[in-house]
Order: sequence, then structure tokens, then C-alpha cells
Amino acid sequence: MPPLNRLDTKMALLEVKDLKVRVEEREILHGLTLTVNEGEVHAIMGPNGSGKSTLSHVIAGKPGYEVTDGQILFRGEDLLEMDPDERAAKGVFLAFQYPVEIPGVTTMNFLRTALNAQRKARGESELMVPEFLKKVREVSKSLNIPQDMLKRGVNVGFSGGEKKRNEVLQMALFEPSLCILDEMDSGLDIDALRIAADGVNALRSPGRAMVVITHYQRLLNYIVPDFVHVMSKGRVVKSGDKELALELEASGYTQFEDAA
Amino acid sequence: MPAVQETVERVKRIDVDQYRYGFETLIDSEKAPKGLSEEIVKFISQKKNEPAWMLQWRLEAYRRWLTMTEPTWARVEYPKIDFQDIYYYAAPKPKKTVTSLDEIDPEILKTYEKLGIPLREVAMLEGVEPKVGEEDPARRKIAVDAVFDSVSVATTFKEELKKAGVIFMPISEAIREHPELVQKYLGSVVPTSDNFYATLNSAVFSDGSFVYVPPGVRCPMELSTYFRINERNTGQFERTLIIADKGSYVSYLEGCTAPQRDENQLHAAVVELVALDDAEIKYSTVQNWYPGNSEGMGGIYNFVTKRGDCRGNHSKISWTQVETGSAITWKYPSCILRGDNSRGEFYSIAISNGFQQVDSGTKMIHLGKNTSSRIISKGIAAGKSQNTYRGLVTAHRKALGARNFTACDSLLIGDKCGAHTVPYIEAKNSSATFEHEATTSKISEDVLFYCVQRGLSQEEAVGLVVNGFVKDVLQQLPMEFAVEAQKLISISLEGSVG
Repeated sequence: MPPLNRLDTKMALLEVKDLKVRVEEREILHGLTLTVNEGEVHAIMGPNGSGKSTLSHVIAGKPGYEVTDGQILFRGEDLLEMDPDERAAKGVFLAFQYPVEIPGVTTMNFLRTALNAQRKARGESELMVPEFLKKVREVSKSLNIPQDMLKRGVNVGFSGGEKKRNEVLQMALFEPSLCILDEMDSGLDIDALRIAADGVNALRSPGRAMVVITHYQRLLNYIVPDFVHVMSKGRVVKSGDKELALELEASGYTQFEDAA
Repeated sequence: MPAVQETVERVKRIDVDQYRYGFETLIDSEKAPKGLSEEIVKFISQKKNEPAWMLQWRLEAYRRWLTMTEPTWARVEYPKIDFQDIYYYAAPKPKKTVTSLDEIDPEILKTYEKLGIPLREVAMLEGVEPKVGEEDPARRKIAVDAVFDSVSVATTFKEELKKAGVIFMPISEAIREHPELVQKYLGSVVPTSDNFYATLNSAVFSDGSFVYVPPGVRCPMELSTYFRINERNTGQFERTLIIADKGSYVSYLEGCTAPQRDENQLHAAVVELVALDDAEIKYSTVQNWYPGNSEGMGGIYNFVTKRGDCRGNHSKISWTQVETGSAITWKYPSCILRGDNSRGEFYSIAISNGFQQVDSGTKMIHLGKNTSSRIISKGIAAGKSQNTYRGLVTAHRKALGARNFTACDSLLIGDKCGAHTVPYIEAKNSSATFEHEATTSKISEDVLFYCVQRGLSQEEAVGLVVNGFVKDVLQQLPMEFAVEAQKLISISLEGSVG
């Protein structure tokens, strides 16, 4: 267990400690540290190539990254020792920047297969079909997702906004305790962004933390963070509250490039 | 990439025990001496109590075969087959005529039970058969013809089918009991001179199924044959002949398995379908012969000629196949669209893993006016396998308004396998419309990661993606078979991804 040196009663959910990561011999993260407590929303901002997406991929367990130093703890457990599907069952959810298409597999079938796989891994019973359908209907209604979209292949022929809403739908169904949103605003117009952000905000709760990765401040008008971290060249170079995002919007990332 | 690395590792470890039907049944069998000669052809004909014309037919085929050479155009590699080192006839003992299931060797019954084909239960159902019109609609009946090595050991529901006028029996019986039908149609679709393997089959075939559906009759149940190779060093040469007379309909299912053995075994079957005016034949296959072990040793050589003749106007023949087994598959279920407005369909899923080699596809030969055909082929290659789609679509100059649509999709799992598409398209008149679409894709790391991030294991993820890929074809299978095929697909791909 990590040392309990904090004064508040919040539990540390995610602790990234001095993380160093390589991709094909090139170091991308050079000792990154970040702590996210239950109920908090953290924004990670930074220019292209600063390592934001790498961080999200390493937390979720995407193959192709080599962790050379440091650790990632999730509720005090070593996340790096777990397969990606185990991490998912433990409550780590990554909303993808580019959700993939799976032809021939209906969204409904995919949702049920995934949910039951997670439940099985946690030793829970499979959700009965009527119960599952009821849940899906409720959530999809609130996200403005038409029922016939659920009968189509996963993300096949979906618009950018539909794909992102589908990610939020899964987030709502699987009820993860850590949600990482990777560039959720990319490719979305304002209306689509608002619907997706409303969906995310509805999922904010004292037991759930979120890490919002974004290049632009715009998204943070809709999903207001508790903390903002600026990443540059594979490190967190500045942390602050939501005002930091506005500051960045005004002055740009250049000032931090030297700091890194 | 690490995951691909793992894929390769896993594929290397693929073990033979993934093949669930690899057991052997220990029964006494009666075999002809090894090798092939006129004497052996005569021996087989004699064993079957065949009339003189049948023996003559066989001998002509045999003499023809002696002048032929093995085809080499397919994209498959294997050591030369020694045709004198094969047993051409093996039958379970005792050889007295079997009149009821009780007289069948219990070991054979057990074999079929293990395979999930309970001949006994089916037969008992037949015994307590309800009156016509009072059948339990929830329980669909399937009549089964079980072929064990060279002979048919049981055919169920014969009586009930007889009432509907449908003839369903081993072809060896049909030769004796319905010579007029057999003489008229046998070899009329696949002539004895057709190709090396079909000609060999014509000389030495020992059993298979025969179906005749009379005019206007919709066959009251699915018909099916389960082929089982058991004996060592034995070739299986079965012959199936299905005739759908005017305005009739029949759906036929075929399943096949074999024990695991280190040596290769030859399977050279011929299937002929004839559809007269307004008739329809739906032929489905789930082929699960032993594919060989992780080193590429053993497995069935499957050289099969399947052809349907849409002889009548407005007739229709549809082939659906799920190919998961065999070390080598050489198979092109085809349609001759002779009748005007006739239609041919080919739906195929061909999965190869380990060292399997598949060269399969179809021929759609448009001869009549306004004939149409549709080809949907899904090839999945994993391990170190090679998977080729080879297809021919032709329109004769008189085949005005001929139409074809072809879609060939290939999916690669890992980077040691290959998928190839070889389409031949010939239109000899300008009114023909042929469309061809082809795609080759890899199960991408991104798709797999997306699935595992949602909680699926790697294998569940591959299974899900593959089942999505083959969905169009699975939907064409009769329901019972679709479930079996879906399971088979996951088993065939077990261990293909790390």
C-alpha cells in the first residue's frame, strides 16, 4: 500500500510514479508522475508529441510500449502486471480518440459480450437479457443514440459524433472507476461535443475519477476539471486548477517547451 | 510488434489435441488388398453386388484414369501420392446385411454419438413417430445417412421420407433398386473423364448418398450425411447424387471428420446435383477433416469435385460451405446454369491454420438466358497456412442477360500466412453483367486492443471479429449447422493469437 500521507480522506485511485516509457528504442515519457484521487477530474494538456496519448495507452495496456522505469498503481495494485482485459475488469476505461470499426458485430452484441466478460472476470453473474436491454435503452436515450444504431456493426458507418457517443455509452454501461478520455473533442462540431460532454458530466461521481486528455481548452468549457496538468516532452511541467487551462489558451504552449 | 510476436509463438505451440474428433474406433474391418488394379475395381463392384453396367462404367473410368496425370495448377504443395499404397475398400465387419440399428457394431454407434450424431436416438424417434400432421413442430427432424469408411452404416427416417416419395438411401442400394435413375443421372454432371480425381472416384467409389425428390415435392426434412474415415491408409471415395425433379425442393447437409494420424489420407469425393425446372437444391457442408499436427504432419488430402447442374428453367442450386479441416483442400463446388433464368449461389467460409493449404472456390458457368449467380467467399488464414480463392465466372455467347456478383474477402491473422485471390472472368456476349469485389485485411492490433480494453480476452476478441467477418455466410446455413459452424470456427482458431 502507498504511504497515507494525505490529510484529506480521498483515496488515491491512480498513481503514476516516475514513469519512463519507450517505443521502438525511443523514450517518449521521461519520468512522469501523476496522482488521481477518487471523484477528481484531471485534464492533461500539451502540444502534439508531448506524450499525452502514450500515457493513456500505457495505463490501458496497449502492446508496443516498453516501460523501462517507474510504476503505475491502481487502488494500490500494480497495474503494469495486469493484462489489458484484467485492467478493464478492474475498472479502467479508455475512451479512444479513434474508435475502431468491427464489421458484422452489432453494437448490441459487442456491448453484451464485453459487459459479461468483465462481470465474469470479477466473479459476477452474467446480466440477464431483459435487464441488459433495459439498461442499454436508458443510457442510449440520454445520449441521444437511436436504437437502430445499436443494431449496426460496431462504429461501422458512424459519424465522428456517433462514434464518440458510442464510447460514452460504453462508459456508462460498464461503470468504470477510472475513465481516460483521449482527445474526445477531435473531429467533433460544437453540438456533437456538447452531447458527448453532457454524457460524460452525467457520469461524474464521488467514486469515479476522470483523466481528460486534450490539445485544446475548448473541451474544458464543457467538462470542467478540478486539476489541469501541462505536459511537454514526456513530463508534467506545470500543474494547477482550471484557470491554468485558460492561461494556456491565451499564451500557448511555447513557454513550456523550454521548461521541459 | 509484441502481439504479433506472441501470435507467432502461440501458433508454434498449436497442438494436435485441439482437434476434437481425432479418436479412432477399434473395430474389425474388411479390406481389399492395397493398391489399384482392374481386379480391385472388380472386387469393389462385386462386394456391392452391382449390375454389369455399373462394373463396365467403373472399368471405363479406371482405364481412362490410367491415361491421366494429377493436376498441378492449384496453389498447394505436397509430396507425390503413391496411389498403389492406399487401400481402396474398407468396410466394418460383420458384413452381413444390416436390417436394424441393433445389428450395427456398437462401437460404430458410439463413434457417431461422440461426434454428436446420435443415430440411435434418431431411430427411436422414428419408432414413436407421430401421425402425419401431428408432428411436434419444435423438434425439427433431420434424416441421416452415416458413411463409415467405404460403406453406409445407417440411414434414418427412410420410411417417413418414402411416404413423401423421397428416395434417400446409400448409393450402393440405389444402384440395385433404382437403376433407371442412377443410369440416367450418374456422371451426367461430372463425367467419368472430368478430372484426375473425379475419374479415380468413378472407378473406385464404394458408397455415398443418393437422393431423388419427385416433382412438386418439398422434402419434409433436412437430409444429411456424415462421413467418417476410420481405417489407416485408406482412401475415402464417396459419391453423392441428388436429383430434384420439377418444382421440388431439398436441403442437404454434409459433415465429415477423421481420426488423427501421422500419415496423410486421401479423400476424393464426387458430388453431383441435378435441378430440373423450378427445382431448388440447397447443399451445405461443414468440412472438419483432420488438418494435421503443429509440424504439418498428417491430415487429410481433400480433392473433391462438386458440381450442380441447373438443368431446368428457373431452377436454383446453392452451395454453402464451412471449410475448417484437411491438410490440403482442393475443392470448387460449381454451378452449370443451363436452364433459362436459373440461379447459382456459392457461400463459403474457408479457415486455415497451422500448415493447412486451401485452394478453393467455385465456377459459375452461365449457359442459359437471364441466368444469375452470386459468390460470397470469406477466407481466413492463420498460422503458417495458405488460403487461395480460385473462381471462374463465364457467360456463353447465348447466355444473354447473365449476371454475377462476386465478393471475396480475406482476413489474415498473424504474418506467416498468406491469402490469395485468383478470379477468372470470361464474358462471351456483351449483355452479361459481372461484378467482382475483393478485399484483404488483417485483424489489426488496434481492433484487438479495442476489444481487450473493453474486457474481452485476446481469443474472445479474435473469435468476435472473425464471426463478424463471416456473418453473411453463416446466415445462409440451416440453423443447427450455423451453431455448429460458429463453434467450429472458434476451435479452429484457438491458439492463433497470443
